[in-house]
Amino acid sequence: MSAPQDTFDADTSNRSWWERLRAFQQDKPHLFLLLIMVMVPLFLMNPSTWAVLTLSGLAMGAMLFLMASGMTLTFGLMNVLNLAHGSFISLGAFAGATVLTMWLNDYTSGSLWVNLVAVVPALLFALVVAGLLGVLFERLVIRPVYGDHLKQILVTVGGSIIVMELLQVIWGSNEIPVPRPEALRGALLIRDAIPVIGGIALEKYRLLAVVLGLAVYALMLWVIDRTRLGILIRAGVENREMVEVHGYRIRLLFLAVFVAGSALAGIGGAMWAMYREIITAHMGEELMISVIVVIILGGLGSVRGCFYGAMLVGLINLYVGFLEPRLAAVATVGLMVAVLMWRPQGLIPVIKV
Amino acid sequence: MSEPILSLRDVHADIDQYHILHGVDLDVPAGELTVLLGRNGAGKSTTLRTIMGLTTLTKGQVRFQGRDIGGTATPAIARGGIAFVPENMGIFGQLTVRENMVLAAVSGVMDEQRLDWIFEVFPPLKKFWNRAAGNLSGGQKQMLAIARAVIEPRELLLVDEPTKGLAPAIINDLADAFEQLKQQQVSILLVEQNFNFSRRLGQSVAVMSDGHIVHRGTMAELAEDEDLQHELLGLGLGAHQ
Repeated sequence: MSAPQDTFDADTSNRSWWERLRAFQQDKPHLFLLLIMVMVPLFLMNPSTWAVLTLSGLAMGAMLFLMASGMTLTFGLMNVLNLAHGSFISLGAFAGATVLTMWLNDYTSGSLWVNLVAVVPALLFALVVAGLLGVLFERLVIRPVYGDHLKQILVTVGGSIIVMELLQVIWGSNEIPVPRPEALRGALLIRDAIPVIGGIALEKYRLLAVVLGLAVYALMLWVIDRTRLGILIRAGVENREMVEVHGYRIRLLFLAVFVAGSALAGIGGAMWAMYREIITAHMGEELMISVIVVIILGGLGSVRGCFYGAMLVGLINLYVGFLEPRLAAVATVGLMVAVLMWRPQGLIPVIKV
Repeated sequence: MSEPILSLRDVHADIDQYHILHGVDLDVPAGELTVLLGRNGAGKSTTLRTIMGLTTLTKGQVRFQGRDIGGTATPAIARGGIAFVPENMGIFGQLTVRENMVLAAVSGVMDEQRLDWIFEVFPPLKKFWNRAAGNLSGGQKQMLAIARAVIEPRELLLVDEPTKGLAPAIINDLADAFEQLKQQQVSILLVEQNFNFSRRLGQSVAVMSDGHIVHRGTMAELAEDEDLQHELLGLGLGAHQ
């Protein structure tokens, strides 16, 4: 890194600018990378395309965050690699789709209110069902294999297969179409709203995804940073034994976090179902690749890292998908490889004892 | 010697395939400071961890206030009134000093008066209240570790080598803190290698070797008898003075 510095030696003002940039890149690698990710495509496409892709990328990132945050928490606190996380995503998708289908058949009105209301019970049902499966799963599958990654991988992959087969038993093995509420179809057209960019069309559903993702992120940060439960979770990530020495039953904390993580996967799955408008039992499994990339990229166990990781993966998917569709999948993994070469612990590493 | 608050009878414990404790018999008198001495590897830390339920008791009995706590889960033992400060202090470095203390106050509220007393004994904690505990110096971390253990009244304190790696001035501060705890009639079981520190504080003493207790008595007695010190603790002792 010394060579670029030398070239700026003559000009001190330039150098301090460079130094400041380096400091920013060192201290806030997640923001640095996100900025670069958003800025670079601006030179490769016209501004209104860029705006649409950026919103879509952020929406995809928000949904990925919902799906991945539970897994990163589970790993960070409990040191459990739950490869069955994808089946919770699928379950959430089916649960949400079921409620939506029933609700929208009864109320076919196009009013925004009825339509938005349909989304709420769908997401809540997905959350509850996935959470309940989480309780069962922790007891039956995870509990016997605490502390052994190899067994966790084997057992959770097995559990995942069972859950996905059960989904097929209940909902059938065909793809199921998911009705997206009328009010969430289409886009908000903004003409000449923003200088340079000009008129843009913002897809309503993606806006909802972004808002929901940000809300969940804010809630999670609030719980983790401001509440006693959050202090306990952070303490547990660092040193489980000392949490017990202080009189807290870490197993209960594990269960709570696992259930919360499962419930989040359920919501993420339901959101994804409405986004794609078609679901299969194996959708969760297919999403797991992105989910795993997100949590590794962000730093295993870090909720903040997971958020930024998800946004980066969402954005690169959309940008590269537009510029060179065949490279979209490669770009996701390429991003992870590049970040890990730069920061082997991920963007925001979690320190453990 | 008063009624024991804690008594171990024929306690055995293993770590992995190694048999570490071979029948430890130990009484900790209520309201006194008992020092557990012994060389490295004698089983002192394992004894504390076994009392806390962190190392599994394979045989024998641990009685605390008359109740058998052998095989009880660690959180239940902690809530029963035993605080433990491990050798590595177990500070949550990512948490602030305040958050460390909030967590240690299991009831959810920190008693103001007690906190004031802690700040008086350990002023750095007040100064760095909202800083990450991981940035504290070794001595300050030890202060925090002990402060966490006493933020709520506990019947028994288990402290593992608090003076390890600390500067003499800080060791003095710690000794003052322990003196005050003694005055509050807290029962303490202290594992130490620093004989001067132990001599200043200890009322009764037990010496461990190879996984069992080889000597029990009062500190005054042991402090007088240099031959016994040599016999029990060996020549390595001088290095710690």
